[in-house]
Amino acid sequence: MKLQRIKAITKKELIQIWRDPFSLAMAFLMPVILLFIYGYAITFDIDKISTVVFDMDKSSLSRELVNQFHESGYFRVNSYVESYKAIDPYLDSGRARVAIVIPEDFSKNIQKGYAAQVEVLIDGSDSNTATIAQGYALAITEGFSRRIRGTPVTPLIDSRSRVWYNNELKSRNFIIPGLIAIIMSVIIALLTSLTIAREWDRGTMEQLISTPVKTPELILGKLIPYFLIGFADTILTILMSTLLFHVPLRGSVTLLLVLSGVFLFGGLSFGILISITGRTQLAASQAALITSFLPAFMLSGFLFSISNMPKPLQIVTYFIPARYFVTILKGIFLKGSTLTVLLPEALLLSLFAVLIFVAANRKFRKRIE
Amino acid sequence: MFERIKNLVVKEFIHYFRQKRTMFFLIATPLIQIILFGYVATMDVNNVSTALFDLDRSSESRELARRIESSGYFTIKNLPESPAEIRNLIDTGKVLCAIQINRGFGKDLQKGIPTEIQVIVDGTDSNTALIAMSYVNTIIGKYSLDLMGASMNANLRRLDLRTRVWYNPDLKSRNYMVPGVIALIVMLTCLLLTSMSIVREREVGTMEQLMVTPIRPVELMLGKTIPAAIVGYFDMALVTAFGVFWFSVPINGAILLLVMCTGAYLLSVLGIGLFISTISRTQQQAMTATFFFFQPAILLSGFATPIETMPTVFQYITYLSPLRYFLVIVRGIFLKGVGIDILWPQIVALLILGTVILTASALRFKKRLA
Repeated sequence: MKLQRIKAITKKELIQIWRDPFSLAMAFLMPVILLFIYGYAITFDIDKISTVVFDMDKSSLSRELVNQFHESGYFRVNSYVESYKAIDPYLDSGRARVAIVIPEDFSKNIQKGYAAQVEVLIDGSDSNTATIAQGYALAITEGFSRRIRGTPVTPLIDSRSRVWYNNELKSRNFIIPGLIAIIMSVIIALLTSLTIAREWDRGTMEQLISTPVKTPELILGKLIPYFLIGFADTILTILMSTLLFHVPLRGSVTLLLVLSGVFLFGGLSFGILISITGRTQLAASQAALITSFLPAFMLSGFLFSISNMPKPLQIVTYFIPARYFVTILKGIFLKGSTLTVLLPEALLLSLFAVLIFVAANRKFRKRIE
Repeated sequence: MFERIKNLVVKEFIHYFRQKRTMFFLIATPLIQIILFGYVATMDVNNVSTALFDLDRSSESRELARRIESSGYFTIKNLPESPAEIRNLIDTGKVLCAIQINRGFGKDLQKGIPTEIQVIVDGTDSNTALIAMSYVNTIIGKYSLDLMGASMNANLRRLDLRTRVWYNPDLKSRNYMVPGVIALIVMLTCLLLTSMSIVREREVGTMEQLMVTPIRPVELMLGKTIPAAIVGYFDMALVTAFGVFWFSVPINGAILLLVMCTGAYLLSVLGIGLFISTISRTQQQAMTATFFFFQPAILLSGFATPIETMPTVFQYITYLSPLRYFLVIVRGIFLKGVGIDILWPQIVALLILGTVILTASALRFKKRLA
């Protein structure tokens, strides 16, 4: 292995990257745009659920109940209807997700001390929103019922809940640290998956084969420039997360950077491996999608918790490096974890990186077929 | 003219099928996506790994633990012996939730004195934490009510809430996700195929050969988009069949309407694909640009989170995403079983958006070729 030859390949690759300002600009714009969207637009905090009301009672009590729903902030009452039939088009078209129906005898029953009824219809197609809306509706009616009863009874058991690490339960704090792994996976897939396939497609691979450059030199030479871009992206995303979105970074920055470097190295080697196996650029782009981006997005625990997945898929997640990296990111950012806590993840991440690099080297055949 | 387009379409399919790998990916990619989304993309919270620190060890504390475990939402995995152990379990992520029952819990309850319980939740995953917390509170509240006696209970319930869930009564998130994935897969496949296949001719140098043939730009454009549309329809059929037969997602509406609406949706998707092919010189650029468009288009379409929860500025941006309209259509047809009388605004929007995008891109494409 000669340093000089690695340098030559790196230089060639850098020139090619430089000549393609479009891709280079994308490599830096993509993280910024993704961070903006995830940071500002994507939230799992459910509020302002559009609601339609069918109030048959029209008493001060029924109006008060509707008001409680509206003022909670979770529901936004934006229309009233006068018949059962009129509710259907609202839920069918999605103009409302929840309908509150108050029967005629509502206030009469309350005043007489009988049990009164309220009906809530929920559009269940978005099951997550529906589950949460159901919980809110229950809490609001219970609060209302306790208030009209006059004498509040203290419950026998008082549960004192405490939330650790993210005590305001902001979904932004949960999403953004993991997002760094996703952004890096996307960049890696885009940048490297085509780098070897392109040489085959264009026929320049034959020229490379005729040079004395050896396989590890070629792969390292191709890896280094992308590593630099990827690392710059990482720093950019970390800076934006902490300075712009105020996600707490409680752990050590050095540890974060070192482990990001390890993940990046493994990911780039994997991209090159795909590029070697894919041969044509169309095949390589599809392969990059299903083997690096999708698993990182779906199976890493970034959005969907691993313990909820079926067992076979849980086993699959152990083979996805992004899984370990997401745990590391969330740990360092939110929990302030140290290397002692994260040691198993860090070791497995490094192991994967080395294995994939070796695999890429073995898979590459410097020959014309 | 038809002869020439037909030849181009055949040429394109030969290119897809010549290499086993390309063909494999055209079929495998949608299948893997539907499997992943069908099994993984669920926000349902159950089996939350929980630690129970029971200092009381009374029959009451055991009863509470039994209720928590049998709810199905929690799995008691650890029985720590000290608060330090709880901290360690949560720090390493072994448990998401810890319940501490203090000494005297059972005795207080027997005497009827209000007592308390500590619940600690790992808030890293805010969604799970929120739902888990509400489950614990419901279980504890229920237990508390039961202890207070049935007479009190009847008195307490002066207001009865009846909830009914429409369209998806079991609240399965799979039923919501799978129709959305169909929209996603059709878009991704068609975008990559159109944009990359045109750029490939340019990159490999065969574009010049095509130019010297009598093929006109419009024909070339059709010859490149028709195969992508066919693959798009094929993927849709594949994924729909998988969703219906494997995941048992119901289709309550008309399949014919779904097929027709897909056509309207493909107009804008192919238009965007053509546009990407005019701005990129290499296949790498085409792929990067596709991703660059694709990600915001999904995120700002209501695929994962409801549009109402987004800030107003982003809500306006969603009007530009064809996915936004198509998602309402597929979910409407699959889950709500609604017809054209409800869905027509979305269809009209898709047709307008599609015509505008496709015409603009076609004009740009012609100009680039000339």
